[in-house]
Amino acid sequence: MERDVIKDKACIVGIGETAVCRKPGSGLSEMALQLKAAVAAIEDAGLKARQIDGILPFPNLGKAEAYAASLGCVDLRFAATINMGGAMPVAALRVAAMAVASGAANHVLVPAGWNGFSGVRVRETAANDSDAIPGAAIARDFYMPFGLNAPPQWYALMARRHMHEYGTRAEHLGAVALAMRKHAQLNPGALMHGKPLTMEAYLASPMITDPYRLLDCCLETDGAAAYVVTTAERARDLGKTPIYIMGAAAGQPYPADEIMNRPEFHRIGLTTAAPEAFAMAGVRPGDVDFAQIYDCFTFEVIQQIEEAGFCARGEGGAFVENGGIELGGRLPVNTHGGLLSQAHLLGLGHVVEAVRQLRGEAGERQVKDAEIGVVTGWGDFGDGSIAILRR
Amino acid sequence: MPMIPKPLPVLAGLVGEYYGWCRQGELRFQRCRQCGAFRHVPRDICAACSSFDWDWVKSSGRGAVYTWTVVARALHPGFAGDEPYAPVVVEMEEGVRVLSQVRDCPPDQLQVGMPVRVEFVAVDDQVTLPYFCRA
Ligand SMILES: [Zn+2]
Repeated sequence: MERDVIKDKACIVGIGETAVCRKPGSGLSEMALQLKAAVAAIEDAGLKARQIDGILPFPNLGKAEAYAASLGCVDLRFAATINMGGAMPVAALRVAAMAVASGAANHVLVPAGWNGFSGVRVRETAANDSDAIPGAAIARDFYMPFGLNAPPQWYALMARRHMHEYGTRAEHLGAVALAMRKHAQLNPGALMHGKPLTMEAYLASPMITDPYRLLDCCLETDGAAAYVVTTAERARDLGKTPIYIMGAAAGQPYPADEIMNRPEFHRIGLTTAAPEAFAMAGVRPGDVDFAQIYDCFTFEVIQQIEEAGFCARGEGGAFVENGGIELGGRLPVNTHGGLLSQAHLLGLGHVVEAVRQLRGEAGERQVKDAEIGVVTGWGDFGDGSIAILRR
Repeated sequence: MPMIPKPLPVLAGLVGEYYGWCRQGELRFQRCRQCGAFRHVPRDICAACSSFDWDWVKSSGRGAVYTWTVVARALHPGFAGDEPYAPVVVEMEEGVRVLSQVRDCPPDQLQVGMPVRVEFVAVDDQVTLPYFCRA
């Protein structure tokens, strides 16, 4: 069984992150930006670049061969591309764990990063790149002619229906935005550091696509991050506290390439992935000390909290209220500030932050005695990934 | 500033057949000949029973609003100036759901369950799109 093959067999041993910015832009190519993060992660692991023999690049942002050539990975044995959009960096934890557990590779590098501000803007990617997502042709032929052109508009349909069925309110979405912003005040590397937010200011922010206001939407930033995975055995000989991959899974909504005709409208990839990952890890949602949840938009945090099993479907609004997902609350979420208030690092920043927390390196925003953490990814029309990590 | 046109469907294969019916003033969905299941968007095979046999069956054209979003700031230049407008998901009597707009309903009056019926708008010589109006 898969659970016996990878549970606790692989560890994250290195993390790296570049500075993040909007204006004037990184000044680097997206490849150079990602290589910077990769070099930092390899060094953090105490490895030499030539020891990297597996690479999982982010779709459309670089080829494994190019990373290998640039970094001097002379023995690249394993490479794969995982087409799950923002769910990729967490889905890659499972693939990397399988690779090292099986011996297909010894040290797997996973980089991700882009000039999300100075290059192609995040909000334009779906509208401009018809090959970027699995359902691209369907979106082109059945959504875009009617003015449904970009991710916030797709997901707003889900949020609106959730509000109708369960009474989720604007203030619930606002509570997510406020929690991320509050955490960013404790992260000097966050773009929104020094810019606190009130519910009044949140509610006054301009509407983009109802129910999403400007402050429900992730940042558009330049930056990159990377991590390195190896076997638990090798990890013990390296410098840093190994962070074990206890459980990992990925899943897809049905159908994954079309949003409207889902028999179960609120079922996403995480709905099936989360129970699989928790079963593999042998822990329950209640055992988790924090969660780094892919926060492309505020409602997606509420939906993933529900579908991951932290509460029942429909109870996510109440879960995030009253500081429920802030540090000190029942489940601190996105302690670095997330895509909403730290930077849009394609979800890889969430993995980096989970590792920092479990190593006890999170400074002012450290979750006390953090032992077990969850990280999720979300991409395309609701693809999902999840990993359960421990120190 | 030059006007940027709204995006249009690519009229190839089954997509072309679907919009071809719209051009004739009919909303039709594929119905499986073997198990009777309706499907949308068009696909080669029935996901319920794997049958490749199907007919284009005329829809009643009636449905109800399932969900929507009100676009306050267009995210495609072709829709700049149309705001506010609302992409709406309509659940048809046949059970399939269609993404469109309810053209005679101001976005702030939309309600889940609101009955609507199809109407057709010719965009150019080739493309006619199915929109909805209040029923
Ligand atoms: Zn059938």
